[in-house]
Amino acid sequence: MELNARIPDGPIDKKWEKHRFDLKLVNPANKRKYKVLVVGSGLAGGAAAASLAELGYEVECYCYQDSPRRAHSIAAQGGINAAKNYQNDGDSIYRLFYDTVKGGDFRAREANVHRLAEVSNNIIDQCVGQGVPFAREYGGLLDNRSFGGAQVSRTFYARGQTGQQLLIGAYQALERQIGLGKVKMFPRHEMLEVIVVDGVAKGIVTRDMVTGEVESHVADAVCLATGGYGNVFYLSTNAKGCNGTAIWRAYKKGAAFANPCFTQIHPTCIPVTGDHQSKLTLMSESLRNDGRIWVPKRKEDCGKPAAEIPEEDRDYYLERKYPSYGNLAPRDVSSRAAKQVCDEGRGVGPTRLGVYLDFSDAIKRLGAAKIEEKYGNLFEMYERITDENPYKTPMRIFPASHYTMGGLWVDYNLMSTIPGLFVLGEANFSDHGANRLGASALMQGLADGYFVIPYTIGGYLAGIKPGTRIKADDPAVKAAEQSVSDRMSQLMSIGGKETPDHFHRELGKVMWEMCGMGRNEAGLKKALELIPKIREEFWTNLRIPGSGNDLNQSLETAGRVADFLEIGELMCLDALERRESCGGHFREEWQTAEGEALRDDENFAHVAAWEYKGEGQAPVRHVEQLTFDNVHLATRSYK
Amino acid sequence: MSKHLNLTLHVWRQKNAKCDGKFVEYPAENISPDMSFLEMLDIVNEGLIRKGEEPITFDHDCREGICGTCSMVINGRPHGPRERTTTCQLHMRSFKDGDSVTIEPWRAEAFPVIKDLMVDRGAFDRIIAAGGFISVPTGSPQDANALPIPKEKAELSMDAAACIGCGACVAACPNASAMLFLSAKVTHLGLLPQGQPERYIRVRDMVAQMDAEQFGTCTNHGECEAACPKGIKMENIARMNRDFIKASLTYRPASTSGGGAG
Repeated sequence: MELNARIPDGPIDKKWEKHRFDLKLVNPANKRKYKVLVVGSGLAGGAAAASLAELGYEVECYCYQDSPRRAHSIAAQGGINAAKNYQNDGDSIYRLFYDTVKGGDFRAREANVHRLAEVSNNIIDQCVGQGVPFAREYGGLLDNRSFGGAQVSRTFYARGQTGQQLLIGAYQALERQIGLGKVKMFPRHEMLEVIVVDGVAKGIVTRDMVTGEVESHVADAVCLATGGYGNVFYLSTNAKGCNGTAIWRAYKKGAAFANPCFTQIHPTCIPVTGDHQSKLTLMSESLRNDGRIWVPKRKEDCGKPAAEIPEEDRDYYLERKYPSYGNLAPRDVSSRAAKQVCDEGRGVGPTRLGVYLDFSDAIKRLGAAKIEEKYGNLFEMYERITDENPYKTPMRIFPASHYTMGGLWVDYNLMSTIPGLFVLGEANFSDHGANRLGASALMQGLADGYFVIPYTIGGYLAGIKPGTRIKADDPAVKAAEQSVSDRMSQLMSIGGKETPDHFHRELGKVMWEMCGMGRNEAGLKKALELIPKIREEFWTNLRIPGSGNDLNQSLETAGRVADFLEIGELMCLDALERRESCGGHFREEWQTAEGEALRDDENFAHVAAWEYKGEGQAPVRHVEQLTFDNVHLATRSYK
Repeated sequence: MSKHLNLTLHVWRQKNAKCDGKFVEYPAENISPDMSFLEMLDIVNEGLIRKGEEPITFDHDCREGICGTCSMVINGRPHGPRERTTTCQLHMRSFKDGDSVTIEPWRAEAFPVIKDLMVDRGAFDRIIAAGGFISVPTGSPQDANALPIPKEKAELSMDAAACIGCGACVAACPNASAMLFLSAKVTHLGLLPQGQPERYIRVRDMVAQMDAEQFGTCTNHGECEAACPKGIKMENIARMNRDFIKASLTYRPASTSGGGAG
């Protein structure tokens, strides 16, 4: 397998401009002769489907939800970064680029990140044009706030519902194209296979989740925008339906999977309350603008109500350890710090796995009304879930699985190692390195969908003669369809005793304990023994009532869990092989005396891209060397 | 630790849109008050699966009150007893030990039942496709700060844009009207300067689609506002009616004398 990133020549700030000129164009009259399938309808998929249809391509869009408006991008709360420098505080495209490369702990591709920073400004323009009601100042101009890992205010936001508003913008653009007949939408459809002919992606196989029908769809190119695989931990901030099936099917058809162990554990989520817990809820990082994080200095105080612990007995550990960034230290650093204080026995709440996020100072300084205006919906959500009023008692928070920086390997054109298969948004690996900064996921999803794929896919399609699409009855199509049907029948016929969620929870426990915030060789090796056992039990003791040819939510879940049981193994393998700590990947063997991540740039300044070699065969680890010509390799410091 | 609950559920079971449905009784035992309503159903469902029975089908996804997927009528109220709350954010501490809980799907002609508690809300998407957007192709807008928007307007627009499209308003309305949903979109876009060029054509096209989908009309019951988990206000309906009347009175068929230069 060859990993050619196809990074254009020239200085960093001219690469994208040059590349856009070098890319071949498709004649406007020919665009309608090409069909593109977009799988996923979140920020990346929705934006791509709408933009490609506007250009004139024939587009089909698929999502597992009942409507494209419900993709999980909708749950992003805090904001979206852009290098507008409206605040006159020293921001620039270069600084956003720099912060993102540094924030990712030098494991992202410089050229991609610079392009992301360049188009960030177009995104804000586009969204405002669509009617996204971003927060504004009294003068009518756009407001900004700060996010972790940055010392400028570059985050645009719509209350605590930025993802929702951006997604509605993309969704409305998409619905407009659906109304015009330019996009055909397939809600409640799940992609279960990629059709590959002579090594090139030519379509997908889906299951209609209402009728159970397995259908194939052929096209000239396929875009996967199916999000991340954070639900491998069972408990995460992802929606219940979020899954890694589409990218995992593509991996098994020849798409390399890059840096699977790079997962983001978000520091501010509502703690687990019991075994019944089905998901975890994020409390936006934006809260750290005004909330102060602390735990008691002494273990003995942990059982007391927060109000009874005097100021001098509180440890504002982020402010103490990282005075210049304080409560806005990046996510990986903050999560690890929370784990450390809890490991020391200083956690709070009934399970002692929690830290305080306290707004009392901000309420004194700004007044409760101002805090409500900024974070009202988040406070309300917290109160709904915990039955505690965060205006009166501090929130309790704890880290949880949130985002996956790893994903399918893509080149500069966002094309995977399968020609014709493009990967957008969280589903790919390219822009966030080993740790994603807050408010950068929305930026990347929309950048890929609105401003990258519309250019790069043209360069690919221009090389294909129009009208040469394979036929729907091609043997390769029928074979792919058959493999999906067989798999469904196999799942239905196990006839065991346990539910799909049971196996998912078992996997989640192993992943969280051994491949979560802290990882070590012994733990990862143990996980690599345990996961195949859970998988074996799954395939012998799973029970799915009902029929495969009908709406069957247990079957849907089972198919996803089956794939998570394989993804988890690859994550552990990748984590084991990456013998360094970087960003969210913290190998306990590699840390500084102060407990910070210790990178090994000499041996690991690279992307690890895994190639599938067949059932029962060990996957092969390939390497894409990363070069840092602009942002020089240095130890991250947020002190 | 607060006491666990035992409840009796009466759940609507319906194989598909063509079959008749009926209520089936299930016990929900040893339920923690900290569970969400959906987590309680998860437990009932896992019990059913282990017994080899088909679990209760229901729509859900984000489980944090923002995606708008969950949709069930609990004891006669869409999303249950708590105000401004989606079903996924409803917690069992809102119920008492020994309670009987009736769970039904959204009931409306325009939202046919797919299975059990799951309904088809595609009509909402078709209403948006008919006009619920600003036509702004990718790449065309000017600088975001070139158009100042008064903060009050932006806030009011945001209040309306908070609609999650769950359909509780329709389920609550005795007429199964979708006017709160439409009016939220008409207000979100119609209050903004970017939304002005299509302001009247938008409301006309959306209302035409609403009628085609067999939603009823608004007769000011106010059930929609009471059921809305996001606090969307009925005043939006008044704003929409105003725009609709103006749109109807000023309607002129589009010119058909096409042709261009060159």
